[in-house]
Amino acid sequence: MTTSTPVTAPRPEPDAGHRAPRLAVWKFSSCDGCQLTLLDAEDELLPLAGRVEIAYFLEASRHQEPGPYDLSLVEGSIATPEDEERIRRVRADSRYLVVIGACATAGGIQALRNLADVKEYARTVYARPDYIRTLDRSRPVSDYVPVDFELRGCPIDKGQLLEVVCAFLAGRRPDIPDQSVCFACKARGTVCVTTAHGIPCLGPVTHAGCGAICPAYGRGCYGCFGPVTGARTDALLPLLRRDGLGEREIVRFYRTFNAEAPAFAAAARRAGGQDEAGERDRAGERDRAGEEDSASEHEESEGEGGAA
Amino acid sequence: MTHRSERLLGVSALARVEGEGAMRVTVRDGRVEDVRLSIYEPPRFFEAFLRGRAWTEPPDITARICGICPVAYQLTACAAIEDACGVAVHREEPGIAALRRLLYCGEWIESHTLHVYLLHAPDFLGLPDALTLARTERATVERGLRLKKAGNDLLETLGGRAIHPVNVRLGGFHRLPTGAELARLERQLTQARRDAEEALEWVGGFDFPELEIEHALLALSEPDRYAIDTGTPLAEPGGAFPVRDFERHVTEHQVAHSTALQADLDGRRHLCGPLARWNLNHRRLPAAVQAAAAGAGLGGRCTNPFRSIVVRAAEVLWAVDESLRIIADYRPPSRPHLEVPPRAGIGYAATEAPRGTLYHRYELDAEGGVRSAVIVPPTAQNQRAVESDLRDFVQARLDLDDAELTRQCEQAIRNYDPCISCAAHFLDLTVDRG
Ligand code: SF4
Ligand code: SF4
Repeated sequence: MTTSTPVTAPRPEPDAGHRAPRLAVWKFSSCDGCQLTLLDAEDELLPLAGRVEIAYFLEASRHQEPGPYDLSLVEGSIATPEDEERIRRVRADSRYLVVIGACATAGGIQALRNLADVKEYARTVYARPDYIRTLDRSRPVSDYVPVDFELRGCPIDKGQLLEVVCAFLAGRRPDIPDQSVCFACKARGTVCVTTAHGIPCLGPVTHAGCGAICPAYGRGCYGCFGPVTGARTDALLPLLRRDGLGEREIVRFYRTFNAEAPAFAAAARRAGGQDEAGERDRAGERDRAGEEDSASEHEESEGEGGAA
Repeated sequence: MTHRSERLLGVSALARVEGEGAMRVTVRDGRVEDVRLSIYEPPRFFEAFLRGRAWTEPPDITARICGICPVAYQLTACAAIEDACGVAVHREEPGIAALRRLLYCGEWIESHTLHVYLLHAPDFLGLPDALTLARTERATVERGLRLKKAGNDLLETLGGRAIHPVNVRLGGFHRLPTGAELARLERQLTQARRDAEEALEWVGGFDFPELEIEHALLALSEPDRYAIDTGTPLAEPGGAFPVRDFERHVTEHQVAHSTALQADLDGRRHLCGPLARWNLNHRRLPAAVQAAAAGAGLGGRCTNPFRSIVVRAAEVLWAVDESLRIIADYRPPSRPHLEVPPRAGIGYAATEAPRGTLYHRYELDAEGGVRSAVIVPPTAQNQRAVESDLRDFVQARLDLDDAELTRQCEQAIRNYDPCISCAAHFLDLTVDRG
């Protein structure tokens, strides 16, 4: 997956004459954190509001204008039958459609259901699961409609969001480098937590954008920005093992906020987890065969070792 | 009274931690027959997929329930799991506990200011949003944004970032703040104190619709300070009970019209959040904050939900003061975190999120695997009280036209909750002429 997908969408022409570009912000299945990032741009909010017409942004205004919109920002994953219809309408009404955050670009944390039995999940949470209408899977927006740009993160980074909005309003490509968190650590002058302290870190396979916060705070990256293009998850595997992670911990490491991003999903499968049952079987086989380097960490089929 | 025999006010979206919802009011022959708050946000199944994760993971994972109050989720998860593992951070490392409280104050400042300035105040001024307000009163909105930013800067410094902080872990933090960082925050918060005082004065001057409503109340309480990160659940009526009995008193039910569970307190609808805290705990606020609140019109007891905006502003002022006090008294702990080794057991915790009491329970196996998780958020608890308030509110305003009545219902909903509030902007009116 690349940071941006090719621009293939139909684009309603803007109205004739000069007018402020029209911005819309949409919410699907999400925590609101990514759209809140726009309101958290305290210094830039009023200048931005002077340059665009905020035509639809429910978290900020009860004022709602019908489409077409010049730029739609979409937060959240597609998780209900109603979502499927609504995202098509949003696409049809938008000249540019930019998806923001791990939910919208990879299905988000709620995509953990994709690996499980949703009916069983519903029974766990609800006394009357029959009242609940939901899709079996939580999926990224690009599974349904063409998107013009994908901005990563759980949540997205404020500086990157402003860059994307300004770039689309100016009609240029956003300057969002496709690099790993490692580059950001080097740029920031942070000592590598893996090399110096043996802390497991997904930084080498994770898309930069956060400013490499976690290593700067002394913890390993847990991959909230999702995979960088060409993520070499195989090369990272021995390092994660050396730093004390067992197979099941590696699987969980990849299966959290971007579990369904293809590179992370594949890495989790290769690390041992086709599905939970298969995962247990394979872990059991390895333990019996005594091949595993840190078998003691996960020999109990019920046991969960410590994460980083 | 209108000429119609039946009116159906449809409000098509409110958010909880899990997002979107709707309101329907049915009026027949001049009487409000039914009020339903429906939450139809797609369920995100957190309690289900927490099972099988390691005991170290819920603080980061549950943060993603809500982007507006992630620290509340992180700190409540930490406290509940530490309880299961037999670690008492408050006793063993008070310096870590102080930093947690400081972090939580940052969220209170940020979240409450967002609600006061960007979500709620425009209603009282008859405007669609704060950006419109900025056209005529730019300095006022800038003051709000500056105050909000002070909260966010606190979150970023202690937590690494404001939304879903990365620096929180079981037992404490990954890294401690430096003296220079705290000194910078202290300077900023000293400025913020003035903004917070002016904000309280500003909202105190709004016109408040008349509505006095008594609900059962629930808030955490502590004998000697305003409870946010710790405390004992205090119910009125009913009195205090240990947090491990929370689910015996606050029981969740599912209703057909909502994906969010609805909770009640000993069988009665109840309220948590600013008004509950004010009524149960305002005597624990420092004298200076109580005096400023009195100046803004908050008396001894407040039962008008519209005045929750004044309570929020008073709590912001308190949180700024409390942050300054914590920084002034801070003695760095000997380590950034305590070890929290797993053991089999059940842990319970509740904290005061800006929106109200948030409860978590985790059951762990001997290796630290999560066997089950229960999370009761404030919105689930407040739903029935909101429905009941709307019933009285609409009944008293049946002479308004649909557009105005809907606008006022939205405002009434925004009394409660930033999450509900943001989605309450979805309000649409449909009129069913029976
Ligand atoms: S990507 Fe993360 S921060 Fe953004 S909406 Fe989804 S859960 Fe929230
Ligand atoms: S370092 Fe990794 S986990 Fe931490 S914020 Fe950045 S991308 Fe997310």
